Amino acid sequence: MLRLHYNLEKMSMGLVVGIIVAASIGGIVEIAPLFTIDETVEIPDDMRPHTPLELAGREIYIREGCYACHSQMVRSLADELDRYGPYSLAAESAYDHPMLWGSKRTGPDLARLGEKYSDDWHSQHLIDPRSVVPASIMPAYPWLTRALDTELLSDQLATLAQLGVPYGPEMVEAAVADAIGQSQPDSDAGDAVRERYGEDVAVRAFDGNPSQLTEMDAVVAYLQSLGTLTDAAYDLLTGGTQ
Amino acid sequence: MTDDPRLNPQGSEEMDVHTGHREVDPVTGYDTTGHDWNGIRELNTPFPKIAIWALALTFLYSVIAWVLLPAWPVGQDYTRGLLGLDQGEMAVERYQAISLDRDKWLARFETEDFATLQADDTLMLPAMVAADRLYQDNCAACHGGDGGGGPNFPVLNDDHWLWGGDPAAIAETLHVGINSLNDDTRFAQMPAFDYLERGERIALTDYVIALPHGTADPSAAGATLFADNCSACHAEDGGGGMMNGAPSLTDDAVIYGQDRASVNQTLRAGRQGVMPAWTGRLTDAEINLLALYVSGLPQRALEGQK
Repeated sequence: MLRLHYNLEKMSMGLVVGIIVAASIGGIVEIAPLFTIDETVEIPDDMRPHTPLELAGREIYIREGCYACHSQMVRSLADELDRYGPYSLAAESAYDHPMLWGSKRTGPDLARLGEKYSDDWHSQHLIDPRSVVPASIMPAYPWLTRALDTELLSDQLATLAQLGVPYGPEMVEAAVADAIGQSQPDSDAGDAVRERYGEDVAVRAFDGNPSQLTEMDAVVAYLQSLGTLTDAAYDLLTGGTQ
Repeated sequence: MTDDPRLNPQGSEEMDVHTGHREVDPVTGYDTTGHDWNGIRELNTPFPKIAIWALALTFLYSVIAWVLLPAWPVGQDYTRGLLGLDQGEMAVERYQAISLDRDKWLARFETEDFATLQADDTLMLPAMVAADRLYQDNCAACHGGDGGGGPNFPVLNDDHWLWGGDPAAIAETLHVGINSLNDDTRFAQMPAFDYLERGERIALTDYVIALPHGTADPSAAGATLFADNCSACHAEDGGGGMMNGAPSLTDDAVIYGQDRASVNQTLRAGRQGVMPAWTGRLTDAEINLLALYVSGLPQRALEGQK
């Protein structure tokens, strides 16, 4: 065996073929299971996709690099269950492209953050983290109070629909209207968002001002939706197994 | 034939067919690689045996792991392994074991009444340490690490309570929240008085900011406006205490501030502070534990000052 390798080392092309074969095995082992991912990841019945406003917030979350310090995956470890709640299921991020699980936690995990704190707290915390958490080392994001750019929202929904996220044509069509509607409680547009995305969707003036759609509206709507897209994970702790 | 060149003594005349070289180093007994870098030649030492053994052991372990642990994907399933381990189940079991262990003392907070619990020092002393952890994890973000409040978030370590400061009232607030998504939420809304004339709002502001100092003029225009618009919730004298979430305006302990700018802003845009509901996120016992902790915060603050 070693003699074979010894001789192979002296034939450069033979060695190249050998390296390609060995590396391919490593690659296939990781990639092949993904071929059946549509069947292996079961989407829970109550799972909803992000609303356009939440999606816009997600884009800002990515733009500002929040994922660099915050993970969005509760690991299957008892201590994590105790602190954050049920561990994350693959299905919970099935509509995320790309997913934002992360592994580095300079700040806490955010997978179960939705509705834990009030909208006011999130706004205050993003504008000036030290004003609410004195020991925080999170940077401030005061510029999030500027107006939200909704130009690409419809296209973004259409793209995600192509990737298998269940956005219907009417959702794509109404993306901008829905983004505005979700930040205007007690409005017809707000009711339309609920009709399309489910009764549990939060329709609120997330930044406290319903008359203007800001990046803060989008980010807070996104943060308040984390972990609320399905209740499937909560069955783990009460009911038993997945 | 082995891999160790020393064990393959061949005549010095015989050449390696590939390198065309055989030059045994007299000190080590190894052949050289046949390359010559300006007179420097390299020994052709064999691959270390320990590395080969380590490699073999990792292969051996992988085979054992395939048999014992979940390993290979098979269509839409995977091989479960003889040990039948499942990390998710293990975490849940371990979490349940932790909860069970904690329930040895925590369960009493679910069933017993607050007075009994408070009287039991051997229970309360360690319990308050745990309660502090719980408070820091869930409540401190808004209410401050010592209950000192935050920007537009209520102070918990004083004696001003909108919904009651005894443990039972606090537990109820924790359960249902204020203006929260819970079906039974406590509801409190300071409406926007943007329909009042600007002059009326200024007169009203003058009256309200004077209330805590006892210098409010009962014959001023603001007093009439107050009686017409505010007294239904804040009581006729502005003293509050009607358990509807409307604060007393006479004690200078308003969450949002009682200076001119804050009052003006409150009148113009209204206030709808939100306290999330904790049912579901925390257990009943944990909520009762926190209620006792929070009701003790004013006392803690006093002791801290001494």
